[in-house]
Order: sequence, then C-alpha cells, then structure tokens
Amino acid sequence: MLRYIVRRVLWGIGLLFIVSAVIFLIFYAFPSGDPAVARAGRLATPEEIQRIRETLGLDQPIYVQYWYYVRDLILHFDFGYSYESNAPVRELIFDRLPATISLVSGAVVLWLLAAFPVGIISAVKQRSAFDRTTMVTTLALYSAPVFWLGLVLLYLFADDIGQFPIFPGQGAYTPISSGVGHWASALILPWIVLAGASAAIYARYLRSSLIDVMGEDYIRTARAKGLGERRVIMRHGVRSAITPIVTLLGIDIGLLLAGNAILTESVFNIPGVGRLVFTAIDRSDLPVIQGVVLFGAFFIITFSLIVDIAYAYLDPRVRYA
Amino acid sequence: MSLLQVSDLQVRFETEDGTVKAVDGVSFEVDAGEALGIVGESGCGKSVANLTILGLTRGQNTTVSGSAMFEGEDLIATDTEQLQRVRGNEIAMIFQDPLSSLHPFYKVGAQLVEAIAVHQEIGREKARARAVELLGLVGVPAPERRVDDYPHEFSGGMRQRAMIAMALANDPKLLIADEPTTALDVTTQAQILQLLERLQDELGMAVILVTHDLGVIAEIADRVLVMYAGRIVEQGTLDEIFYDPQHPYTWGLLGSLSRLDRPRPKRLPQIRGLPPSLLSPPQGCHFRPRCPLAHKQCEKVPPLESRLPEAPAHLDRCWLEPEKKRSLRVVEDRIGLEEPAA
Repeated sequence: MLRYIVRRVLWGIGLLFIVSAVIFLIFYAFPSGDPAVARAGRLATPEEIQRIRETLGLDQPIYVQYWYYVRDLILHFDFGYSYESNAPVRELIFDRLPATISLVSGAVVLWLLAAFPVGIISAVKQRSAFDRTTMVTTLALYSAPVFWLGLVLLYLFADDIGQFPIFPGQGAYTPISSGVGHWASALILPWIVLAGASAAIYARYLRSSLIDVMGEDYIRTARAKGLGERRVIMRHGVRSAITPIVTLLGIDIGLLLAGNAILTESVFNIPGVGRLVFTAIDRSDLPVIQGVVLFGAFFIITFSLIVDIAYAYLDPRVRYA
Repeated sequence: MSLLQVSDLQVRFETEDGTVKAVDGVSFEVDAGEALGIVGESGCGKSVANLTILGLTRGQNTTVSGSAMFEGEDLIATDTEQLQRVRGNEIAMIFQDPLSSLHPFYKVGAQLVEAIAVHQEIGREKARARAVELLGLVGVPAPERRVDDYPHEFSGGMRQRAMIAMALANDPKLLIADEPTTALDVTTQAQILQLLERLQDELGMAVILVTHDLGVIAEIADRVLVMYAGRIVEQGTLDEIFYDPQHPYTWGLLGSLSRLDRPRPKRLPQIRGLPPSLLSPPQGCHFRPRCPLAHKQCEKVPPLESRLPEAPAHLDRCWLEPEKKRSLRVVEDRIGLEEPAA
C-alpha cells in the first residue's frame, strides 16, 4: 500500500511538469495576444513595448522561459508574477482559494445531504409517486444551466432585486474570518446553484446503484437472517451502493476546486479561482493561467489518489501493490 | 403434528408479458427432524415456494395465497416484522452460490455476529466466541483465525460452510437449503452433504433440501417431492420414488441419471422438449406436451392422490393405472421414459 502511494505521488509530480510544459506550449503555439502590448496600454510606443517585453522576460526563447519558471517553482515555490497586475501569482491564488473552497465545500455537503435521502428512498420505493416526482425533478435540475438557475434564484430571493428578498445576492461574499453568519448566508444561494445539478446526478446515480445492489444475493441472505428492512437497506445495500459514488465525488471535488465552479462564481460575483483564471485568459496573463492550471491539476491528482486509497478501505477485495 | 404444513400455496408474479404462475397449488408437510427433498428442473417453482414460506418473494408484483403453518402461525398471512423474528431464528435458509450470498465488504465473523445478535441479547465478545464455535462446528479449520477473513479469502466449499454456520447461529428447527451444492465441485459437494447430514443428526433439525440433482436427494432425504412446472407431480418416501416411481416425469428424471454400475448408454437419456412457459402453461397435466404416454384424459388435471392401496402416502398426478405404469416405465431393463417416436 505504501509503495503504491509513493509511486502514485511520484507519478503525480511528473504529471504536473508535463501539464505545465503543455500549457507553455499551447500559449506560444496559439498566441491569443501579445502580453507586452496588453500590459503597455493603448498609447504605448514600440520602444515601451519592447522594454516591457524585456522586463517580463518575453524576449527569451521559450525553453529558457520554461526553465526559469520551473526553477523558481521548485526552489522558491514561486509561480512568477502576473503580467497584468505585477502581483505574485502565488498570492493571487491563495487570496482566491478560500472563496472557492468555501463555495465548493458547502455545495458538496448540500448536494450529498439532498442526494442521499432522495436516492435511497426512490430506489427502495421504486415507481412510487415519490420516485417519479423526484426523478422528473432531478432531470429538470441537471438540465438547467447554472447561469440560468443562478439568475432565477437571484430574481426570486436576492435581497436587492428579489421578489422575496430573503438571502444576500450578488457580490455579498465575505471571508469566513469576518463572521461565519454572514459568510454562510451570503453563500446560501451560490451553494444551492452549484449543488443543484450534482445533487440531481448523485441522487439518480445512487438510486440506480442501490436498485442493482438490492437485487444481489447477499441482500436476500441479509433478509433471510431476519434483519429489519432498514438495516438491510442501510448496512447491506447502501454500503455497497456508495462505492461508485465515492469515485465520482473525488473527481467532482477536484474539478470544482480546479476552477469548474467558474459559472457560479461569475453569476454571484464571488472572487474565487474561477474568476481569477477567467480574467487571466481574457488578458493573456500566462503566469496566472499557468498557476491556476497547476493548482487545478494538483487538486485533481490529489483527490483521485484519495479516492483510490479510500476505495481500498471501502472494498476489501481491492488491493494495491 | 408436523413442524411445517404448507397448504395450497400459490405464487404469481406479474410481469410485462403477463402473469407467471410460479407455484400452482403446492401442499406438503415437514415433520420435526425430517429431511425432505424437493426435486425438479430449473423454473419448476421449487425455490420460489421455499422463498415464499419465509416471505422473501414479497413485493409489489407478487400475489401469494394458501397457507404455511409453522408452530401455530401462518407465515403467509403474518406481517413482515413477525416473519423477521422467524427468519434466521426458527427457520434458516442457505442458498446456491455462497460467494454472492455473503456480503463482500464484511468479514465472515461480522456477518455471523450479525446473524446471532439480531435474535439474541448477547454481548460482542460472546457473539464472537459463538461465531468461532459455529465455524468450528461446520468444519472450518482454524476458526479463531478465519473468523476475521473476508468471504473472498475463503474457498467455495468453506464459504458454503460459513453460510451453513450462519444459518445454524440460532439453533433453527428447520433449515431450508436451496441448491446448497450446485455451485460447488463434486468432491466439495459430497463434503457439504455429509456435513448437512451430520448436523441434522446432531442438532435434530428438520431440513428441506431443494435441488435439481436426484443424486443429492438420495444422499439425504427421507421423503421426496417431485415438482414440475409449478406443481407437485409425485411425492413419497425416498425408496418409493426411486424404486416404484409413478409419474412419467419421475421416470424421465431417474432415467437421465448417469450410473457407474451400468454399461454406458450410447447417449445419456433425456426428457425430450423443454418445460412449458409458466405464462401460458398447457391445459390439464403440465407434463402432457413432453409425455410419450399422453392421451385424451390428460387434458384434465390429474389430482395429486394415492393410487396405490399398499402405499397410501405415495401420491402422484398421473391418470394411468399403476399396473400399466410398472410395465411402461421399464426401458432397457431400467426405469426410464421411453423416447417418443421422432
């Protein structure tokens, strides 16, 4: 097991280098605009642009630039400076991460809390009115685009423009350090929006997984032992049905932390990582893009490793060597 | 008084294609300490009948009628909560495939402890000690170590032993074994059968052994039911069924046994055709379409009754005269079903 983890970690590190090299290559192969020009502003002279190009190191060959980047990253955990704001990328990302983590973690809790009871009850009461209703609702929920759902909720419940002004709306996010109450209330609508589609997918996934499991021979054995139906469902059925859900969850958390929460962040104007990278792409701000993508890759690699380790504990038949 | 008395049990499943009459008026009894064999081919309703006794076929699409009296209580009519007190306690059940019948994520010991704790007020330590004792009883070597293994770490035969141990957890009065040896290789089959026989003797429990294999029946059963397409077609003692079978289907089953003490036949005899679909079973005797002796009278269902004055407990469902049967059932010097002219 330990050997396996060490090997996976080494692989992960190698993968991060490959990812960073690929982003460098993409950036140069498909130039989306000269960063020096963007930085210099509209009225800059060619000399000024050239000077900026030299200060940013953009006049160096690409492999030299990549070498400097990797060297600073390894020696100083330095992700370079934003072309746009001249701030260190590491600070920019660390400033934004808490907002994204707040958004994602709350949404994950919310969607699991919603998906588990719905998935379990609709599997156990298959084809009941509850099952039919929730399955149609979930279909609608995950078909709804995030930006649309977000705008609808803002229209209905935001305290500035809402028909029922209950919750803080756009741009209300404050860090948890300045008060848990305000932090949580400002995030309620974003959590709902981000959790909506996932809650629907997880509920349906758990339902079909549990329906399969409830047809297994060992469920019949559990009933033949004289166990109560609740225990049969929870201890024998759900226990087996959650293993594929864990895989899904690990990947989803990794992806959302990597920037996939961008639509929700945009609708609610939450200063998260997704917003950061969106602006950076718009301005051809390579160091920021590079940094966010590396962080994202790091999250995805980490969570998929966590998933695989968790799997060995969830299913004793799985052994890694 | 018999331990279990099943009367006119009917089980129907609603499917998309129509109603399946899986069990069609089955009645039998099991006495305390007795071993009853139920034999028949796949889909004849033998498993469904037994699962239904424990309420394990209950569901939206199932209709059950009839009764199954066990210690003064009708298991068909009683509610599921009451049944849960009987399941695994007074009546235990083991199944065909021991690998898929044990939960893959829990240790064998934990599954045994669960079976004990659901019916007994017992501490963890004691339950675990009892689990070890049970594994030892069914012949699992080094039970105090194997109790912490997962099912996938057991061999097929050991898994079935673990299933049996689980069934014995609360000293049942009746053990229903549904094809307990089918998924095992031949030597392991013999060991498991010997184990069941020994346990039945030692613990004095009754056993219902459901199987498609007459060889297995011959090892254990005191009495035998032969089922075909949802109905009992013949019942009697082991000797009656093997030496004086009255129903042509039983002849066919006996004739298709391969025997080591006889010259090898050119090809293994078989019963022509397939069992009928239970969606639309044939009118009258269900075996009629495959029976070379079928005649006009077979369009009416023959009652399950004794046709032999000397053996009133030997029942069968065939219209033919006993004397006629005794001459018809001999094929090449042994009991068998003559193949219909092609």
